[in-house]
Amino acid sequence: MADFLQAFHTAVRLIVTFDPRLVEIVLLSLKVSLLAVAIASTIGFAVGGALAVYRFPGRGAVAALLSALMGLPPVVAGLFVYLLLSNAGPLGVLQLLYTPTAMIIAQVVLVVPIIAALTRQACENLLEEYDEQLRSLGASSSAIVATLLWDGRYRLITVVLAGFGRAIAEVGAVMIVGGNIDHVTRTMTTAIALETSKGEIALALALGIVLLLTAFAVNAAFMGVLRFATRLAYA
Amino acid sequence: MLDQAAPNDSKVSINGHTPLLPLELRGLSYEANGKRVIERVDLTIKESGITVIMGPNGAGKSVLLRLMHGLITPTAGEVRWGGKRLDRELARRQAMVFQKPVLLRRSAAANIWHALGLRGIARGDRAIRVGDALRLAGLESRAATPARVLSGGEQQRLCLARALSLEPDILLLDEPTASLDPASTLAIEELLLDAQRDGIKIVVVTHDVGQARRLACDIVFLHQGRIIEHQSAKSFFDQPDSDVAQAFLAGGLVL
Amino acid sequence: MTLNLDRRTVVHIALAALLGTLAPRIAQAEDQFIVVQSTTSTQNSGLFEHILPIFTKKTGIDVRVVAVGTGQALKNAENGDGDVVLVHSKPDEEKFVAEGWGVKRQDVMYNDFVIVGPAADPAKIAGLKDPVLGFKKIAETQAAFASRGDDSGTNKAEIKLWEDAGIDPKPASGKWYLETGSGMGATLNTAVGKQAYALTDRGTWLSFANKDGFKVLVEGDPKLFNQYGVILVNPAKHPNVKAKEGQAFIDWLTGSEGQAAIASYKIDGQQLFFPNAGPQS
Repeated sequence: MADFLQAFHTAVRLIVTFDPRLVEIVLLSLKVSLLAVAIASTIGFAVGGALAVYRFPGRGAVAALLSALMGLPPVVAGLFVYLLLSNAGPLGVLQLLYTPTAMIIAQVVLVVPIIAALTRQACENLLEEYDEQLRSLGASSSAIVATLLWDGRYRLITVVLAGFGRAIAEVGAVMIVGGNIDHVTRTMTTAIALETSKGEIALALALGIVLLLTAFAVNAAFMGVLRFATRLAYA
Repeated sequence: MLDQAAPNDSKVSINGHTPLLPLELRGLSYEANGKRVIERVDLTIKESGITVIMGPNGAGKSVLLRLMHGLITPTAGEVRWGGKRLDRELARRQAMVFQKPVLLRRSAAANIWHALGLRGIARGDRAIRVGDALRLAGLESRAATPARVLSGGEQQRLCLARALSLEPDILLLDEPTASLDPASTLAIEELLLDAQRDGIKIVVVTHDVGQARRLACDIVFLHQGRIIEHQSAKSFFDQPDSDVAQAFLAGGLVL
Repeated sequence: MTLNLDRRTVVHIALAALLGTLAPRIAQAEDQFIVVQSTTSTQNSGLFEHILPIFTKKTGIDVRVVAVGTGQALKNAENGDGDVVLVHSKPDEEKFVAEGWGVKRQDVMYNDFVIVGPAADPAKIAGLKDPVLGFKKIAETQAAFASRGDDSGTNKAEIKLWEDAGIDPKPASGKWYLETGSGMGATLNTAVGKQAYALTDRGTWLSFANKDGFKVLVEGDPKLFNQYGVILVNPAKHPNVKAKEGQAFIDWLTGSEGQAAIASYKIDGQQLFFPNAGPQS
């Protein structure tokens, strides 16, 4: 119980004083995860939309594979990217290992299946209503995908937030490809892992509280932007 | 009582392209889930007035319309417009309105804008056509309203306006006023008669006998996937050839 | 309807802005730095936070430490994902050099292991001088013991002690012998949680914040000494290795300045690491 109270106390202190080390890891976490989600969304929307609209042999298998990859353990995604970026690996020449870029890549690998699978689901639902009318209007398959994605934008915002939640909370992938290097690749989650391994339970919990607050703030910001954009669209 | 205007027989295609009539269905069959929905249909429509396809529910009217539009592929036989088989170029000269209005999550105007974009209409022209279409449907004041917030009648008028904004040569409608109130039904029917006067070939599916009387130049009567009758509206309503049609017109349940 | 245009351009601008913030980071990567593969126990002791700033201030070379298990550190170095290796498992280090992955192995410092346990001390080992005897008594009483079980330097030292005691604890794995497969800190957390004995390096123990009444019960015997070695990753095998900067670090670490820095690191007045780099060759 004492740990909980101390954790809460520490969290408040860290936030109120804008502790520079805290600010550094929060900003890095946000940068990595937000960029990863932005990139993953671009890829995921396209793949998910295409999967819903285009008919091709093996379509069902690809859809099943994507759904399965939603459960890809972060540490496995991290290992996969590590093997690619390692100096002994095919992309070693890029010297990306142990940098924030590597962390972004690993999180993109992790988040794309989530966004693609959920986008496919959303687009298939919309297609039930729109398929005949859009084909009657002479829309090409790519035009249909674009139409569905925009029409389903509210649901897709939720999909993006789901992807962001996964990214900001994971530690396995960023730990392996980032190396948890102080001032370079230490994020909130890797810092929590480190403090826990040092027995600094209260501090680890405090960081956890900050992580939750950060995720909450991002969610709120997204929804706020959405509401503002909606009002604009109908002005 | 609505007067039927004399159909414009002199031209069937407004933009000087190859004419799209006659519509010919040859040996057309369609099967779904092991059931024969359309059974070896042969049909020729030469007239340029409003053709109404009628029949009891489950007769296959909607399926027949979709086969004409190319939305579904027949299991046997073929569809020809003006001697040409359905292809993309032909499809671009058609437009269809469905029983339930299908509108995107955008404003009314944006829905028409989007459809024109799909057809590749230049931006400058789009603005004009959107304005004209909204005016035609009496929806200028609702241009910025989210389309899905409009009433049922307004939505269907918008769908029809959207179809007309594409300047089609052929307009197909599947029970367009089935769930609308009389005022909205009237508005839609007036739009259709105007469109017919402008030379657009219109094919309407309906189970509403009154509407058929008001709109039709010729009637195609469908029952259990087969065409039972095809004749001018006048002679059909005066004296249908078949017992089935007779029973239908008398208001009985036709199995 | 200019909204259509704006939407697309806004998205483009936003993406460009986000990606733009990445560019400075990439530029930063050009600043001088080396990657040192080391172990979690060394990091958790806090040694690096103490000595590395001194080196960076002197040479301008940033030292980025990747702290993993000994096995992983050496494997990473084999892959060329590091410039210098600093671990504490002499047989593995010598094998690393013998196989050509490293240039040369040098002593740097040693710290010692201690056996920690609950205040209740069910196996009654407090104050014993000989750790091997302590292990024997733990096995006899079947008192809970938390092992790292991860092939780390610490783990290998622990296994050597069991061997010296003539005991094989593996059959009891999952019963009184708990193999956590984790780093030192996580293992200590488990030990405290299960009121189990554990072998830990003094450095991690002193800075461990979750002791919950546990005490150092056996210490001081030479069998508990833990030797650290430093190796430059072989640039002949991996051309990307920063041989010059890496060697500069090794020279500093084994030179008088680095050795003094190591000796000056204390927790609660206690020195943790004892520099013992031999004469420079």
